[in-house]
Formats: sequence, C-alpha cells, structure tokens
Amino acid sequence: METKPVQFKNLSREESYGYDRKTLDYIRNAAAHGLYEIRGMGAKRKLPNFDDLVFLGASMSRYPLEGYREKCITKTLLGTRFAKKPIELDIPITVAGMSFGALSANVKEALGLAATEMGTSTTTGDGGMTPEERRSSKILVYQCLPSRYGFNPDDVRKADAIEVVIGQGAKPGGGGMLLGQKVNPRVAKMRTLPEGVDQRSACRHPDWTGPDDLAIKIQELREITDWEKPIYVKVGATRTFNDVKLAVHSGADVVVVDGMQGGTAATQTCFIEHVGIPTLAAVRQAVNALEDLDMKGKVQLIVSGGIRTGADVAKALAMGADAVAIGQGVLVALGCNGETYFQNGGHHDAIADYNALGTTPGFCHHCHTGKCPVGITTQDAMLEQRLSPAVGAKHLKNYLKTLNMELTTIARACGKQNVHHLEPEDLVALTIEAAAMAGVPLAGTNWIPGRGF
Amino acid sequence: MERLTFDLAAQPLRELNTFLHTGAKEGKVGHVTVLNPDGAHNIAVGLDCPINVEVVGHAGYYAGGMNKAATVTITGSAGTGVAENMMSGKVHVKGFASNGAGASAHGGLLVIEGDAGLRCGISLKGGNIVVGGSVGSFSAFMAQAGRMVICGNAGDALGDSLYEAVLYVKGTVKSLGADAQYEPMTDEDIDAVASLLDQAGLDHDPKAFRRIASKRSLYHWNADANQEY
Repeated sequence: METKPVQFKNLSREESYGYDRKTLDYIRNAAAHGLYEIRGMGAKRKLPNFDDLVFLGASMSRYPLEGYREKCITKTLLGTRFAKKPIELDIPITVAGMSFGALSANVKEALGLAATEMGTSTTTGDGGMTPEERRSSKILVYQCLPSRYGFNPDDVRKADAIEVVIGQGAKPGGGGMLLGQKVNPRVAKMRTLPEGVDQRSACRHPDWTGPDDLAIKIQELREITDWEKPIYVKVGATRTFNDVKLAVHSGADVVVVDGMQGGTAATQTCFIEHVGIPTLAAVRQAVNALEDLDMKGKVQLIVSGGIRTGADVAKALAMGADAVAIGQGVLVALGCNGETYFQNGGHHDAIADYNALGTTPGFCHHCHTGKCPVGITTQDAMLEQRLSPAVGAKHLKNYLKTLNMELTTIARACGKQNVHHLEPEDLVALTIEAAAMAGVPLAGTNWIPGRGF
Repeated sequence: MERLTFDLAAQPLRELNTFLHTGAKEGKVGHVTVLNPDGAHNIAVGLDCPINVEVVGHAGYYAGGMNKAATVTITGSAGTGVAENMMSGKVHVKGFASNGAGASAHGGLLVIEGDAGLRCGISLKGGNIVVGGSVGSFSAFMAQAGRMVICGNAGDALGDSLYEAVLYVKGTVKSLGADAQYEPMTDEDIDAVASLLDQAGLDHDPKAFRRIASKRSLYHWNADANQEY
C-alpha cells in the first residue's frame, strides 16, 4: 500500500519568529530600494510602559479624598531656579515641541488655542516660531535647536521660556528631517532653505560642544533675556542619569526627558525602534539624578514620550516628574489616524487617501510624506484645510481636560490634595521588567529587582 | 552723542548688558567702551539698537551674540561663537577668533582681521563673514545663505554640505567638504568680494579669490550615492 507523507497544517505553515512576515517585508523593501525606511510617529514595538504600573489607592492605611467635592490642586510651577519669571501652569500637562513644517500652520494655531484655554504651554519646533502660534499661545516655549532654523533674537524676547534641545526620544543623537514635499515656500523661507530640498537638520549645535560650553550658552540666553525666562534643556533618553546631571550642571531651570516612545515626523525606522530607552526607565533615572544632586523641586522635570492618558500622567508625576509633555496623543486628539475629517460643517471620508498612501486608519505613520489624509502633518494647501484651528482646538481642549480629570481622580483616590503629592510609594509594578525600570516593587511583594530582597 | 565706559574689573557684566538692552535704546549714548573684559563670556549679547560698543581687550564666548543693528568692535581676540546668530549690524574682531565664529548668522557683517578657528561660518544663514587670515577645518559646514571671504587659507572639509552660501578663498584650501565645488568667478563675484573687503577695511585683490559653492547633489535622497561623503 502506498503511504503518503502526513501534512500537519500548523507545522507546515509555522511562521518563523526571527524571520516573521514583517521581517521578510523589511528585507524585501531594503533589497528593492537600497535605502532605509523613513516614517513618522514613535516606537511601535512592545516596551515596558506606564500600563505596567498600578496605583495603591487609599483604603485602611490611607485616607482618600471625595472624588468630585474636595479640591485637588494641579497648578504647576516651572523654572523657579534662576528665572525671574517662572512659568505657572494650571495643569501639569503641556504640549510637546512640534515644528511648523512637520505640522501645518492651522495645527500650530489649534495647539495654542487649546493650551491657552487650559492654562498650559505649547512649544515651537525645528523651524522657528510662527506668528499664529505666538498669538494663540498664552505660554509659548521657544526651542533652540542644532539647526537654528528661523532662530532669532526677536522671537527669543517674545518667548515665555527657552528650550535648548539636545536630543529627541525618537532619535537621540540624530537631527531633524523634513522631506522635500513638506518644504513649501513658507517653510523654506522660514528655514532659509531652497524649496523642496530633503532637509536634514544638524545633530550637533553649531556653537557649543559639551556641558561646559552649554553652561556658557545658557548664560548667553539668560543675558539676552535679562535673566527673566526659564531655560529648559531637552534630552532624548539614553544615559539619562548622567545627562540629567550634566543638564543641571549646565544651569538648566527645567530638564525635559523624552523617552523612546516619543514621536517624530520623519526618522529612519531603525533609529526610532533601536536607539534610546523606554520612558519608564528614563523617568526613574532622571529623578534619581535630581535627588542625587539634591535638586529635586529646585530643577523641574518634564517627562515625554508615550504619555497618552490621565493615568500615564499620574504615574509620571508619582515617579517624580513635575509635568509631562504630549505630542502624539495631541495629534490623535486632533484627528490623526481617524477615518474622517471635519470640513465645511460635515464629516468626510478619508479612507481613500489613506489607501493611496498604502495604509489605513489606525496604522498610518506617513507624516513624512506630507500627505496627511486628515490635514495635520502637511504643508499642502488643500490638505491643510481639513483641520481648522477652531475644530482642532475644541477636541484638544476636551482631551487635555479629560486627562486632567483622570489625573485628579487618581490623586484623590490616593488621598492627595495636590497632584504633585503623588509619590513612588503609591505605585507598584505588574511585571518584573517594569518593577526594575521604575524602581517600584512588584505588586504584592516588596521586591524591586536590582535592590535585593 | 554721549560716551559711556563700563569697567568689567569693577562692574558686573549684568550691568553692562542691562544698559545695552534698556538705556542704550533711548539713543542718548552713541558709544560704549568696555574696559578690562579679561575674556568674559557673553559681552554685548542680544543688542537691538544702532549703538557702537568697543571692547578693549579680549572677549570670551559669544561676544556680540545675536546682534541686531549694533556695531561691536573687539580690539583683542574673541572666543567661541563670536557674533553667533547675528541678524544685522557689524561685529569686528581685530585679533583672532576661536571656533564657530559667526555660526548661524542670519545677517550683518563679521570681520575677523586675524585667523579664525574651526567651523567658522557653520550653518550660516545669510550673514557675511570676512576673515583677514585663515580659517580652520569644517568652516562653512552646512552654510545655507550668505558669503564668506577668506583672505588666507582654509583647513579640511571647507564648505561641507553647503546649501546656497558662497565662499571666496584667496589662499590654499586643504580640502573641500562633501558637495562643495570650485566655480568660475563672475563679474558679480568680483564686485561682491571687492565690496566686502572694502566694508572690512582689508586690502586684497578681489580677482585673486576663488569661488566655492554647492554641487547641490545632496539636496535630495539618493540611494545610489552609497553615502560616500
């Protein structure tokens, strides 16, 4: 009798872990083009994050506050170390630096309108300050980046704070990138570049090279602004313990630490996914550095990179941050990755435009193409009309308000009258990785990996 | 116009810069002399009125930084980042300048009578720089707009990743950077060099300079370039 080989369906179609379909696509793409992939948004891989922590709400040993009745303060002061005019925010949730160029002028205006209504700050980006965002933002942080595109003393004087950007969580060690299709005449003029060039920003500042130089550079900015404005220093999360110490040494009023989940409008995928450390690990290192220098509370810490929810904000604050900055969450609130956009009083289907980019809502990371189907990350005269400042501002205000309500809900449950009273002792971790990174015990134990039993 | 003197051996820098940002704008004082600078950093930064400031001696980092409209003269040498991000006006260094002189300057004229260090004119954005002596390596790196006139020699990688800035060199160039190339001098180039030399008060034959500008081959991503630059 003839015997046939037995075919087991699952064995014969077993996907390789190392050479899964995504990796096969990656190799085929590299082979076809000879050029790495560039995309927007942040790290997509699974990383330990704030979801791996939970709060220990009040019970017998702690006393909670009434959820809706009792006051819970969210006021936040930034820049109290040297600046004559520190920043006072109503909520500890700020809008992260994103450039006009990466975003349309309408979006920049929307960010300002919403932040102003919520009593918080917005931040410029690589490419300078637009009049729209200055007008719409009550509190505007002006970035000083390696490229110095559009950087000028008049805008330094108009700013409420200055942020010296050393690096970004999505690409610590890399400069900005803006592909030619987004370098339209206005963007090109602001950046003193030829129209349509694939712009690659410098990754090193042109006039200083190290923490001792940076101390003098910061002093220059203080002299120019007559010591009025807070100076922030923003670092991408890598050697965060040392970098935060050096930022403090250089004279920063505020240190901004951006973890690897932080977004970008255009960066090599290999950079986004493989350089930098998760935000969770970076916060612990940053707080340790400040405590080591006895600077906790004197130099403020802003954390960014994958902050999405009020719970994320609460956890960052409990770990020791003074405030957070949000980029991607803010864009999603404006409609990023949504199926429709709102224009002329009605919703319009954007799915065909996603499909034209080879994607679909929920997966889009095509900020770098400038063809944002919902009019956010674009400089196209037609597409940018898909988001009006007023509509964007309404949604963003709602989002920020929600986060703040969630934050105070958690703080009250932990018995805090002030969100800044949240502390590491209020947190435990659900995974050993998160326990080790955040430096809080694994739930149900008093074990913090790396610190013995 | 009145003249005023600040002696940095006796008065803090803050007092000088405060006056230059406030009192100077009233327009009564036309000339400020700064004595005993002794290499202090951030002298006369962030000026935005047409005043004359003379620093008698050596200045530290960022002298005349972010200048707008003012004329700052340094009789000695200047440290790193002199006239960085200048918008307009003039900064004149009689001695030598350290690294990053005129970095990212958007406008105005920086004159260095002696030599300049590394990365002179880096990220230049429309300002003009005239160097009487030589410049160090990586000068005009990523320079976007504006002009540099170098009367002496240039080090390695001059004009690396140039955008639309134009460089003129009289002496030898150790090497050009990626995407920089020599181009013929036109009559407009000769006029431009002559005019800048004249404004700088330096006496050279403008016809003896060579023009360097961008090949523009790095303006767009190119998979076939193999990153051999």
